[in-house]
Amino acid sequence: MGRYVIRRLLQFIPTVLGTMFLLHYMTSLAIQFSGNPVRALFGDRTPPPALLEAVTERLGYADPCLDQRGNPCFGLFFDRVADVFLRFDFGINLRQREVTELVADAIPFTLKLLVIAMVFEAVVGIAAGVWAGLRGGSFADNLVKISTVFVISVPIFVLGVVVREFVGVKFGNVLRDQAWIPEVISNGMFSPGFKPDYPFASLIIPGMVLGAVSLATTARLTRTSIMENIRADYVRTARAKGLANKRVIGVHTLRNSLIPVITFLGVDIGAAMAGAVVTETIFNVPGIGRLVTLSARTGESSVVIGVVTMLVLVVLVANLLVDILYAVLDPRIRYE
Amino acid sequence: MSTDVNVKLDALPGLDPNAMPLQVKDLHVEFRTRNGIAHAVNGVSFDLRPGETRAILGESGCGKSVTAQAIMGILDSPPGFITGGEILYRGVDLLKLPEAQRRKVRANRIAMIFQDALSALNPVFTVGFQLGELFRKHRGMSRKDGKARAVELLDLVKIPAAKQRVNDYPHQFSGGMRQRVMIAMALALDPEVLIADEPTTALDVTVQAQIMSLLAELQRERNMSLVLITHDMGVVADVADRISVMYAGRVIEEAPVDDIYASPAHPYTKGLLESIPRLDLKGQELSAIKGLPPALTNIPKGCAFNPRCRYAQDVCRQDPAPPLYQVSPVRTAACHFWKEVKGDV
Repeated sequence: MGRYVIRRLLQFIPTVLGTMFLLHYMTSLAIQFSGNPVRALFGDRTPPPALLEAVTERLGYADPCLDQRGNPCFGLFFDRVADVFLRFDFGINLRQREVTELVADAIPFTLKLLVIAMVFEAVVGIAAGVWAGLRGGSFADNLVKISTVFVISVPIFVLGVVVREFVGVKFGNVLRDQAWIPEVISNGMFSPGFKPDYPFASLIIPGMVLGAVSLATTARLTRTSIMENIRADYVRTARAKGLANKRVIGVHTLRNSLIPVITFLGVDIGAAMAGAVVTETIFNVPGIGRLVTLSARTGESSVVIGVVTMLVLVVLVANLLVDILYAVLDPRIRYE
Repeated sequence: MSTDVNVKLDALPGLDPNAMPLQVKDLHVEFRTRNGIAHAVNGVSFDLRPGETRAILGESGCGKSVTAQAIMGILDSPPGFITGGEILYRGVDLLKLPEAQRRKVRANRIAMIFQDALSALNPVFTVGFQLGELFRKHRGMSRKDGKARAVELLDLVKIPAAKQRVNDYPHQFSGGMRQRVMIAMALALDPEVLIADEPTTALDVTVQAQIMSLLAELQRERNMSLVLITHDMGVVADVADRISVMYAGRVIEEAPVDDIYASPAHPYTKGLLESIPRLDLKGQELSAIKGLPPALTNIPKGCAFNPRCRYAQDVCRQDPAPPLYQVSPVRTAACHFWKEVKGDV
């Protein structure tokens, strides 16, 4: 087990460096083709060349390779890697704020959003899956099957916009007309976007949107898994042992059925982070996803690279934890 | 061990300690599937005396495992439904018991061993957990006491180093050892009736012999009644007292073991015996029963065996199916021509 973890940790190195290089190359290409991003700071005005040069120099965009189209700028890349891993310096944005500081400001919102999404998809998804799986072919089963297909086939950016329009704006307006409904519900929970006054309530619906697609997958996975295991020989053995139905299902069937589901949920943390980029933009949540979107738009390569590198590390660690958890749940799995 | 075991059992209403441990009367089971109704069991009857071994013999799909599951009350329902008959445990009809009482009969009074111990044991729990669970749930023992009992049981079925192995998972045991664990699990609560559904089919021959002799030994010690479900004529000859031969969901011959081997009274039994490879007939072709067993959704009229039978006449192809003829005071056969088959004519 220990050796396995070390090997996996070593595999992180090429993955992280590879991702960083790809991002570095793409942002460098953007600068090489569309010009110095620092000009954006001055808006419509044309800055004096000396000032522009000084600011460009200070923000780290002065390397001559950034003027040569297609040049991968290896020198710049190695400097950046050294900065990040040797000095823990992720760089600054155009307004000279530390990237680490930006992330620290944004991450609580993203974490809240992720927790809401994961809890929603795990609790509702597993419950729906068990409900459907135990009654194969029934109304409950068909309801879950059809509604999950519906959710899976709607992309998250469509779902997000539709929910914002109909739940946040239209339904929210109806609620806001009713005086007896508490503010936290009418203005907080059913608002068209994030509200700093209600930092938790206004994240509930964006979180549910973020978790919706994975919820459908979780429900389907649980359903199939339960249906498969309920016919398993060891479940029949459990019945033959005279155990109560509650125990046959709750202990002997569920434990086995949830192994693939928990694996999926773990891997899904990474996917949910990607989804957060979309959800945060739609619902105007000041989290990591919106930070990445905005910096990509303004061409602030250090922010994009810094934030995405951190995300990659989080996803890698989450995946490793899932693999370890897998061995804990299923004793037949052994990593040498 | 376990002298106190039966003390804590709830009394069953109408239980007659002098009645037979198990009596199956005219049992009917059908499976309602999309492709029609499969008549898996069509009027099976047999009884079991204390300490006796009853073999139920038949090829795959003849309804023997379904009969066992119906007795245990663990049929998958739907699609399986018991549509008629009685299953009496010491005079109490199990089919009429409410589920809560029925559940207490399982493992406590009637226990079962399954064919493939690897898939029949839960892969994610230790053997100790799965054995101890019986004592915790049925006897209200603590986790620790349950585990101590589990070690005793593993010792009983002769698993070496039981104290360490109790913490192992099923996949860490060999095939024979796993089947021993299954036996331990079935014997845990000291049942009066043990149903063994092809207990040795998944094992190689030497291990088969060990498992069968272990079963026989434990059965003798506890004066337990055994229903042995198998398609292996060799196993039957060694351990069974009486045999019921099943074909297409019916018992077609029932007799003490020696009588059947000496002079089968049903053409199907005769065919089975002739198909056993024999050392003294080396070099000759193996004789087989020609044809295939019928689909249970479409059982032939009259005698179900008639399309494959060399004795069949017109009467065999018409309903009703042949009744059980009394061949001798202790045996019956469902064949119009049992005299010819047996060679009495």
